[in-house]
Amino acid sequence: MSTTTLTPTPTGTGTSAPAAVLHDEGRIGLRGNLRHIGALVRRNLLQIKKDPESMFDALLMPIVFTLLFVYVFGGSVGGSMGGDRQDYLNYLIPGLMAMMGMNIAMAVGSGVNDDFRKGVMDRFRTMPIARSSVLIAKIVVELGRMMVATLILLGMGFALGMELQESVLGLVGAIALSAAFGAAIMWIFILLGLTMKTAQAVQGTGMLVLMPLQFGSSIFAPTQTMPGWLRTFTDYNPLSNLADAARALMMGGPLAHSVWVTLGWTVVITAVTAPLAVSRFRKKS
Amino acid sequence: MVSMTRNDNDLKGGVNAVEVRGLVKHYGGTKALDGVDLDVREGTVLGVLGPNGAGKTTLVRCLSTLIVPDAGHAVVAGWDVVKQPRQLRRTIGLTGQYASVDEKLSGWENLYMIGRLLDLPRRKARSRADELLERFSLTPAARKAAMDYSGGMRRRLDLAASMIGSPAVLYLDEPTTGLDPRTRNEVWDEVQRMVAEGATVLLTTQYMEEAEQLASELTVIDQGRIIARGGVDELKAKVGGRTLQIRPSDPAELAAMAQALREAGLDGVAGAQAVPDEGLLHVPILSDAQLTAVIGLLGTRGFSLAHVATALPSLDEVFLAITGDKATHTETIPQEVAA
Repeated sequence: MSTTTLTPTPTGTGTSAPAAVLHDEGRIGLRGNLRHIGALVRRNLLQIKKDPESMFDALLMPIVFTLLFVYVFGGSVGGSMGGDRQDYLNYLIPGLMAMMGMNIAMAVGSGVNDDFRKGVMDRFRTMPIARSSVLIAKIVVELGRMMVATLILLGMGFALGMELQESVLGLVGAIALSAAFGAAIMWIFILLGLTMKTAQAVQGTGMLVLMPLQFGSSIFAPTQTMPGWLRTFTDYNPLSNLADAARALMMGGPLAHSVWVTLGWTVVITAVTAPLAVSRFRKKS
Repeated sequence: MVSMTRNDNDLKGGVNAVEVRGLVKHYGGTKALDGVDLDVREGTVLGVLGPNGAGKTTLVRCLSTLIVPDAGHAVVAGWDVVKQPRQLRRTIGLTGQYASVDEKLSGWENLYMIGRLLDLPRRKARSRADELLERFSLTPAARKAAMDYSGGMRRRLDLAASMIGSPAVLYLDEPTTGLDPRTRNEVWDEVQRMVAEGATVLLTTQYMEEAEQLASELTVIDQGRIIARGGVDELKAKVGGRTLQIRPSDPAELAAMAQALREAGLDGVAGAQAVPDEGLLHVPILSDAQLTAVIGLLGTRGFSLAHVATALPSLDEVFLAITGDKATHTETIPQEVAA
């Protein structure tokens, strides 16, 4: 058996990396990272192109939700708010915008879980790319899907007669805030997707957590008529804050508190779950 | 990158592209790897032979940075698998038992994506994808989704994907398990070509025949431990080489044939044995010369032969010969490996 000591020099193995990279730490520069993320985003987009049904949730959810809530609850909730169906539409659409991100985020979790079952993940993880780029590419694509859902939602809203009370800038702000918060929630679901055994489990857990958060909030109805204990919950529910912030940005009203709280949640959730998800991804075997 | 072969390397043959020392990986109470040592000399193929659950895949996953070993160390192309995983990933290619390509993407899209992830410029990534599809006879299926490929095409695409960066060291983890014989031959041809071009290959397999076809050196692994190593011929000699299976036209002549061979005292073929249940005569042989001698002798004695075949020792026979311990192995060896 040979006792040759191996050193990473060209003569040592004859085939090791080109001279330029011999002394580096194997780190990947920003440009390299962006290029890798770009290639992986392309992969995700191609997947959507080949499986257009995977866009159904983003395309149909905003339509179905808007029609259901406006026509089923619109009259009565609008009435109790001291207005009519049209007022409820103005109330609902900013709230639904907050909600779209949650449902898309849940799909990210099961998608990541599914991906891991496939051999291609092993290939990515044996390639000289930052492991986070696989996850970041996923988030970029899902944010795109979320934007599509948001645009359809707004289209529905305007078609049914929604009227912006604030400037277009406010609208853009509301979209940006929803996207930032949605991205933060995606990290949570990526973490879940990497931790749980099956995509179904991720979906099930996601539903269980999201349903109370979505309905126990100010998304669908004002919280004034709710019992005290529930109001405590809804007041602290970050989705209420996001819905209130989006509403204030689009329709006017007190703004600062809800925007700051939402930004706070976004930063904290991302700062905690993103590193956890990346490290989990690294260690997963 | 293609020109980065080692033909001009005067150290060829003397340097280990892979060095593994005392590698240990436990999963709960299971010792998947229990102190493995091995070397793969640059430009050669090392066959790692073992049954299901022997630790072959765990070994490959450790060496390709997918899992971190509990103890021991391994150096691949000069990089430590634990301390320098990022550098190491630049020099390796992995083709697993399960095709590691994106099933929804076409063959071309897969190869282009991998080229881009390996930092090839767009145009280079495109031409490399075309080139490798051509080489692996996949050009007609270039635009088809990988999920619509046959098993063999998928495996070839997987090999092509591993070749994009012209890796110095290639791991092939049971590259033909589950493939039909024709497809298996196609994959073997490709592997032989890569080796001819200078790649160092660590190949795991359950099949003695595959190891013989592709590998120059063999390491036999079982229950996480190396139980034998050496050249293919050495190991074959240890287990008695091939078995010549002769079917006489008249099954009644079996005993007479065995008798004739034993009495003739041909060098090294004393073990002729009639197997009346199968209507076959089994003669262990070590060389082609012996094969010729046996058939010639039977011919001159006037026996009429209906069918002649040779069989390599099955993996279980290899294990039995090496360990000489029937009890521990018969249960762990899957039936389909019997050659």
